[in-house]
Amino acid sequence: MALLEATNITKIFGGLTAVNDVTLTIEQGSIVSVIGPNGAGKTTFFNILTGIYKPDKGDVIFDGKPIGGLRPDQIAALGMRRTFQNIRLFHNMTVLENVLVGMHTHLHAPIWNIILRSPSLRREEGKARDRSRELLRFVSLDNKRDELAKNLPYGDQRRLEIARALAGNPKLILLDEPTAGMNPNETLDATNLIRRLRDQLGVTVVLIEHDMRLVMAISERISVLDYGTKIAEGDGQVIRSNPRVIEAYLGKGAAGMAAHPPA
Amino acid sequence: MATNSPQTGGASAWERLSKLLSRGPGGYAFLSLYMLITSLMLLLNPRTNLGTDIVFILFLLLALAIHRSRVHMGFKLTLGVIALGVVLPYFGTLNPYYIDVITQAGIYVVLALGLNVVVGFAGLLDLGYVAFYAVGAYLWSIFSTGQIGNMIAGATPVGPLWFYGFIFLGLAVGAVFGVTLGLPVLRLRGDYLAIVTLGFGEVIRVLAVNLDKPLNITNGAQGIKDIARPPLFFSGALTAIGLKLDDNQLYQFFFYFLVLVIVLITVMIVGRLKNSRIGRAWTAIREDETAAIAQGIPLVRMKLMAFGVGASFAGTMGVVFAAKQLFINPPTFDLLTSISILSMVILGGLGNIPGVILGAVLVTLLNLNILPRIAEILRSAKSAGVPIPQSFDPTQYQRLLFGLLLILMMIFRPEGILPEDRRRQELHEDEDEPSEESA
Repeated sequence: MALLEATNITKIFGGLTAVNDVTLTIEQGSIVSVIGPNGAGKTTFFNILTGIYKPDKGDVIFDGKPIGGLRPDQIAALGMRRTFQNIRLFHNMTVLENVLVGMHTHLHAPIWNIILRSPSLRREEGKARDRSRELLRFVSLDNKRDELAKNLPYGDQRRLEIARALAGNPKLILLDEPTAGMNPNETLDATNLIRRLRDQLGVTVVLIEHDMRLVMAISERISVLDYGTKIAEGDGQVIRSNPRVIEAYLGKGAAGMAAHPPA
Repeated sequence: MATNSPQTGGASAWERLSKLLSRGPGGYAFLSLYMLITSLMLLLNPRTNLGTDIVFILFLLLALAIHRSRVHMGFKLTLGVIALGVVLPYFGTLNPYYIDVITQAGIYVVLALGLNVVVGFAGLLDLGYVAFYAVGAYLWSIFSTGQIGNMIAGATPVGPLWFYGFIFLGLAVGAVFGVTLGLPVLRLRGDYLAIVTLGFGEVIRVLAVNLDKPLNITNGAQGIKDIARPPLFFSGALTAIGLKLDDNQLYQFFFYFLVLVIVLITVMIVGRLKNSRIGRAWTAIREDETAAIAQGIPLVRMKLMAFGVGASFAGTMGVVFAAKQLFINPPTFDLLTSISILSMVILGGLGNIPGVILGAVLVTLLNLNILPRIAEILRSAKSAGVPIPQSFDPTQYQRLLFGLLLILMMIFRPEGILPEDRRRQELHEDEDEPSEESA
């Protein structure tokens, strides 16, 4: 059974159909990309998966459970975490505190224990801190754990967002343009990190991306959206040579040239 | 040739001085001398005048100096105990005015810390906080006086010893009212939240004025008088040591120490909450609600918790306040008081516990001590012949001066006196290497 099954998802804002009858199935343990030109509805689709929007049509089943009517915090608690296109860190909290917030759903000490600082609370907080530092080491940020998030360089902020998402022990992580604004070296590091998410931590990854090198290097399957509709799906080879995909990105002329390359 | 800037060598003169005075032998000497001198000055001249006001403030600032000092914790605690537990109460026997001011300041410290949970931690702008204070005050006043007889025919007031139980009851009732306010305002943000909470505060005050018919719950605009106080269990012990004090003085001490204990407990609770998953969730909500939800934080529950916890502190202090003042009426719990408490939080440094304490003490001293003193001085100057216009009544201008001060603070130092970031800088002060200026 697939980890995530989104079937016939449609979302209409006023007169604009942002997502049009999109079906996406994600198998456990895979790395999948969702690509398409700007405005294709990719982030809206992510927002529907994570519960920020309710779809006008269609269902989402995550880990066997229908999550259609659930609030975003409930879906996050079930094991689906995400990062944001324009980095939403808690800027005035430290790196470590950001990751600790990600762990909120796994900390259960009641308010009474917190006020009395009971031994069970101290144990829980100690374990939370240890686990957070482990995750920071995974993304190579442990040495900056007491820095304020807003003072981190851009690349570090992206990695921190991933560490924070990992703190919730997610089964599925949705990365929204994780390499936006990165140079080729940084993109290479990010590629390796994303692979390690699946290989070392067993997390299933869905990416929205524009960087084709990353997409081609890492994805087992690619789904292409254009104007809200899924126009193609397959592995890198299939997508690379699909005329509709080329047309969506580069226009009709380019699609023609790809089909009939000049001699 | 490079100009010789005062920065070569690393730190400025001020930084070098504070380093010298905050640790090692310099630190101990400075704190001990500071305390000795201010204590002696207070005790040798206890008359109520501007000079004593200034010494009193300097004495209280000792607490700030102790807090920022880097000496051994045991030493700091000992100094604190001597200053607040011995010197100040003894000074109170010489002059009851100042100990009353500091007790009232202590009450406002707890209120400001409670509001800080809502505004500073969770970022929810509450302009009607005084409502919960009123609820606690009326709770004790109604049940401990004949007012309960006006409300329910034949009912008798509870005995004064119930005061201690009502402290906890005030906490619970405050929390219930806090959650009740929180429920309808959950979806509101910023300005809209502020207006609705302001309305709630006004609703409670107007209810206090009007709930005297058909059922007399609050006794309306007349207020409630002869509020009960708990019996003085320690008067016997004090006479045994040889301290001869009358009932009023004893009650002053009682409320001073009671408020001091509540302040210490409040600081402990609020500090522990801040460094827990609940405090972090509140900060996350304040920083970015969307991102907070994406981490699984249940927005509704956490906001209600913030309202409830904040309001519970006010409910508790309402009970204490009523027993201390012996008389309450609706104008005591007006919008201006809500705004005063908010100004304490903001002036002190939003979200930052030591800052809020400092803000509360300073604003209370301003309102109860300094501004009236300035008015008094101007009045006596007037009658001494200084050419001040006849119609200029200095007492009226207290509010003006307070407002001006707030405006100036917001222009020149909007982050508050002790802003949060400073604490982090302080934590890293030791790691700073003095940098070499290159030519």
